Amino acid sequence: MLSLLEVKGLKAYYGQTQALYDVGFDIAEGGITTLLGANGAGKTTTLRAICNMVRRDGSIRFGGKDLAAMPTEEIVRLRIAHVPEGRGTFTTMTVEENLRIAAYTNRDKGVVAAERDRVFGYFPRLKERIQQQAGTLSGGEQQMLAIARALMLKPRLMLLDEPSFGLAPLIVVEIFRILRRINEEEKVSILLVEQNAALALDLATHAYVLETGRVVMSGPSEVVKNDENVRKSYLGY
Amino acid sequence: MEQFLQQLASGLANGAIYACVALALVMIYVSTDHLNFAQGEMAMFSTYISWQLMAWGLSFWVAFILAVLISFVLGVLIERIILRPLHNAPVLSVVVVFIGLLAICNSMAGAIWSYLIKEFPSPFPKSAFGIAGVIGPHQLGVVLVTLIVLTLLFLFFRFTPLGLAMRAAAQNPQMARLVGVRVDWMLALGWGLAAAVGAVAGIMVAHIVYLDPNMMAGILLYAFASALVGGIGNPGGAVVGGFIVGVLENMVAYAGNMIEKTTGVYIIGNGEKLTVALVIVIFVLTVKPAGLFGRVVVKRV
Repeated sequence: MLSLLEVKGLKAYYGQTQALYDVGFDIAEGGITTLLGANGAGKTTTLRAICNMVRRDGSIRFGGKDLAAMPTEEIVRLRIAHVPEGRGTFTTMTVEENLRIAAYTNRDKGVVAAERDRVFGYFPRLKERIQQQAGTLSGGEQQMLAIARALMLKPRLMLLDEPSFGLAPLIVVEIFRILRRINEEEKVSILLVEQNAALALDLATHAYVLETGRVVMSGPSEVVKNDENVRKSYLGY
Repeated sequence: MEQFLQQLASGLANGAIYACVALALVMIYVSTDHLNFAQGEMAMFSTYISWQLMAWGLSFWVAFILAVLISFVLGVLIERIILRPLHNAPVLSVVVVFIGLLAICNSMAGAIWSYLIKEFPSPFPKSAFGIAGVIGPHQLGVVLVTLIVLTLLFLFFRFTPLGLAMRAAAQNPQMARLVGVRVDWMLALGWGLAAAVGAVAGIMVAHIVYLDPNMMAGILLYAFASALVGGIGNPGGAVVGGFIVGVLENMVAYAGNMIEKTTGVYIIGNGEKLTVALVIVIFVLTVKPAGLFGRVVVKRV
């Protein structure tokens, strides 16, 4: 199967500080892959590097296309949706406006409305709050809004940066359930960065473990889940 | 009573001009975090363009619309060519560039059209309106045109996809990129719109203050005052601030004139109008540092 996203020898820098030294992975179309690692391992940096939000070096190919020289907004228009750390909702805009802005690249109003209805199908809670200002939503609802907005981009690949962060466990379970549905029903491939290794390994089919800017382990999640080092360092038993 | 109404009307007309220029300032501030010190001179240059178009035979409103469109394009070009390389430059560098832009606009206007003061026509016929001779036709026209322009801008930002994209780009450029908005172009458009709004203000006020390269200098100060009073990050506040400053400065001058008439003592009058405006600014910022409608930004440490 052709790789959807192929990353080789990825290096990334924040100013003079190097954060990624040699990251490589392959994401097949249709799957859910997770990037695990401790704080500071470089997981968020990897997602940012894919979208050219930090200075980077190395090879990144999406559907065969080289992303090296593309600005962030052009990469997004290739249908990669990035849900960043901290959700990134436009807090002074309403739920409706947040969803509408993601459809900005789509001119057809009828299609946009149909998209919105499909998205509300996954997140009925957002439909109830459609005119509410995004900044007043609860953490879980903001995360749902961020994912819903990413869905509006009709992505082939969704990058999620710590979607469980700061959320109540029940909400996290609900969101992860919805992510699985999105992957299966919308055929959206997912690259998930998570600190909650147990949840991530349950959802994902493949896993990569990062340590200080390098990939130290990779494989199907079943294998990674049962690896002794992973169990001790990230799963707590 | 009549003089009071006249002063009020004049205050509203002046306030409308301040509101426009203040709005242009705030639009650029909100999207770039920079204060465009050259806003007034750009507006003045636009007014000269409209004067030139009329000198070539075009009617007032045709020249008005053309000058506004040309200003829009010039604003976009200035952002793309001069300011784009400065996106990550230190603040002081950007300030210097703005001051340079100010000087260039002023000198070019003087060089092309000379520093001689020119008369500027009013498109509002003397006979048409003029409520019992209290509020002049031009003043009423200025307020009307300003309100129309401001309403159009409001509708644009609130209801159109492009307006939404520009708001997103101003609020959170990184996130706007992540939903596919071409943020760099949004900034250029913001500059174009600000230049266009400034042009409207310049063309409207030229009849009152007469056309010369230095006509907008004082108005720019009033506009800064208005923007600060309203809360520097708030476009609606800038508009309200403009009207407040315009009316207040005239009311204080009126009160001073009344005092002088009744007691013969000159405490304050027309000569201190600018002082009054700046005192208002100091007062508002002392009592409400974020401006009347500004939001206090609390940062989590």
